[in-house]
Amino acid sequence: MKPGRLVTAVAAALLLTTTACGSGFDDKAGTAQQSAGPADLKILIASSGPAEAKAVTDAAAKWASASGNKATVTPAQDIAQQLGQAFAGSTPPDVFYIDAARFADYASVGALEPYADKVTNLDDFYPNLRQTFTYDGKVYCVPKDFSTLALEINTDLWQKAGLTDADIPTNWDQLTAAAQKIKAKGIVPLAMGDTRDRVGAFLVQNGGWWTSADGKQATADTPQNEAALTYVQGLLKDGLVKFPKQLDAGWAGEAFGKGKAAMAIEGNWVKGAMKADFPGIKYTVHELPAGPTGTKGTLSFTQCWGIAAKSKFKDQAIKFVDAMTAADQQMEFATAFGVMPSRQSAQAPYTAKFPEDAPFIAGAAYGHGPVNAPKMDTVLADLDTGLQSLATSTPKAVLQRFDKNAKTALGG
Amino acid sequence: MADSKRTSTRSNERLAGWLFIAPVVAVLGLFLVVPILMALWVSFTDWNGQGSPFQSGVPFAGLDNYTGLFAHDGLVRQNFMTSIRNNAYYVIVVVPLQTVLALGLALVVNNRMLKGKGFFRTAFYFPSVTSSVAISVVFLFMFANTGAINEILGFFGVSGPQWFADPRGVLHLALDAVGIVDVNAPPAALSGHGLLGLSWWDWTSGPSVAMCAIIALVVWTTSGTFMLMFLAALQNIPTQLDEAGLIDGATRWQRLRFVTLPQLRPTMFLVLTLGLIGTWQVFDQIYVMSKGNPAKTTLTPAYLSYSTAFRDFDYGSGAAISFVLFLIIVSLTLLQRRALRERP
Repeated sequence: MKPGRLVTAVAAALLLTTTACGSGFDDKAGTAQQSAGPADLKILIASSGPAEAKAVTDAAAKWASASGNKATVTPAQDIAQQLGQAFAGSTPPDVFYIDAARFADYASVGALEPYADKVTNLDDFYPNLRQTFTYDGKVYCVPKDFSTLALEINTDLWQKAGLTDADIPTNWDQLTAAAQKIKAKGIVPLAMGDTRDRVGAFLVQNGGWWTSADGKQATADTPQNEAALTYVQGLLKDGLVKFPKQLDAGWAGEAFGKGKAAMAIEGNWVKGAMKADFPGIKYTVHELPAGPTGTKGTLSFTQCWGIAAKSKFKDQAIKFVDAMTAADQQMEFATAFGVMPSRQSAQAPYTAKFPEDAPFIAGAAYGHGPVNAPKMDTVLADLDTGLQSLATSTPKAVLQRFDKNAKTALGG
Repeated sequence: MADSKRTSTRSNERLAGWLFIAPVVAVLGLFLVVPILMALWVSFTDWNGQGSPFQSGVPFAGLDNYTGLFAHDGLVRQNFMTSIRNNAYYVIVVVPLQTVLALGLALVVNNRMLKGKGFFRTAFYFPSVTSSVAISVVFLFMFANTGAINEILGFFGVSGPQWFADPRGVLHLALDAVGIVDVNAPPAALSGHGLLGLSWWDWTSGPSVAMCAIIALVVWTTSGTFMLMFLAALQNIPTQLDEAGLIDGATRWQRLRFVTLPQLRPTMFLVLTLGLIGTWQVFDQIYVMSKGNPAKTTLTPAYLSYSTAFRDFDYGSGAAISFVLFLIIVSLTLLQRRALRERP
């Protein structure tokens, strides 16, 4: 066999297989929209744990038997990757969780069905959560719940440092003062994650943000933002704030639970973790300290129920989401796995049942959602890199670098 | 007559040959060659991961994904060059270390005087057969701030670094220690100028402290495999050669250098090649231990390709990175083959 002929033969074989594959991959034009009759809904969730997986599965089963449809809930191992593969293969699940930080990526490529206006009483959802899931002026999907950041204080360490309830910080100066007193006793004052998802709260408290409200422009390099980062840098330099890695913890809640820090800035998920892993620690929760001008600020995190634009059962999927986001169903989820309802009408029953969560709920009014623009993930990851070395770098340089990168990603 | 009969036998054999290898050709073609060609196509497009990359609406990007990695000043190039720098330092440290260690272990185990050879062979080989994820997690504990490594260092009065939180390059630290530069205030001559989006200061950082922990892990796990290869080669060398050297009055070192090592040349080539390929493709340890952190100093092209494609939905750029990585590996292997060629 001459090498030349071998190559030809292999090439021919390849060509055959590629064409075969190509036809298999092609989208069938105009997927039949099956809106009548029983639907077979596939639901992919990014479960926070077995409690959430069970609660959602039960609720879906209840909805399915009541409405005569079928609903299969699958908890994802790695939802970003699984969704990516499913969209690439043109077989996405009908309903799935979308994290607010990744929402714009999906919306910008047309993967999502903008169904929000068909949901019962859309205006009942908190306005800033609706804003989070708005792309090009259109609300795409409705939030399933939300979380905000607050300040947790370890009661024992607080007393050990000679502090009382009167010392609980309500602004930056008081935070610094309290932290210095704690440090003087040889205790680490504050544990905080080293990413934009924590540091960003200080920007909000100083009236700034990384991008403009519509997410189309990078606005990091402003005096307010620089002042906020300089303040955080000061805390880091003086050893008043430690990142979890410096405390041998995976996240600030772990450092706090192990009693390695007197305070932590974490979201309401810290409740569940403390109950499960560190039941012996006594702590209280307070709203984050306000900035110099008295502006309150926190960050809100949320996920929405996404419906695939390619779903065959859109009508049923919308009905399913409607059922999952009804106020009483949200209360059930809240009880089962400790999230906060995204509907304002569920706020009163929630605060009545969980009065200790008032600081988290209060954050709903002034919490800022994540940067919701497409193609920003690497830019934001790069920002996190800058924030990790904030103790030694110049705040202005970090902000300018973000602006430069974001401008490229946002396209002008 | 005889001639034509021979030809027909020949063509029968040829047909039979093709039939015999057909299953392998089909399997390799379908699961290896075709996906590679499809990925090559994706690297020339701006496919966003919706539907098939072979439908008509997918925007064709030409060489944009490749030029973005090299020519355009931006985050893409910066990330890519950072990953290349990290991986280059990683290769430069890991390959010689693991080769020397493997050779040393093989020489020890091959020693005729050694008792309990089987035990040592198993012990040295053990890390190679254990799951890399499991070992990575164990190393995470060992290199924790209050972990075993820092406890031991502390016993000798050394305060160990915060391994996985420390992005400083060891070259920078070494230069800082002898007083040539200051890590926190790099000389403007280096930090002010650069090549391909990274300043000279960044290029000359050396592996970061965090990367050193990963380097230690990889050297420890892979040297067992390569020890086995050296051991097999050593056992193939006739003892007469060594004895002849002994009679000629060669010292132990001379016998190793002029008798044993030349005999090991093919194995050396194999070990270096496999080491080079494996180290340029490092992924699972990064994925488990650091995800490119801290400060991108453990970012490698393989991990960057994964995160670009599956995290940012920039499949074209991700595929382009993997093809550039492929070219790097091929050209380095060719260079190495040339360097190790037996000279007449």
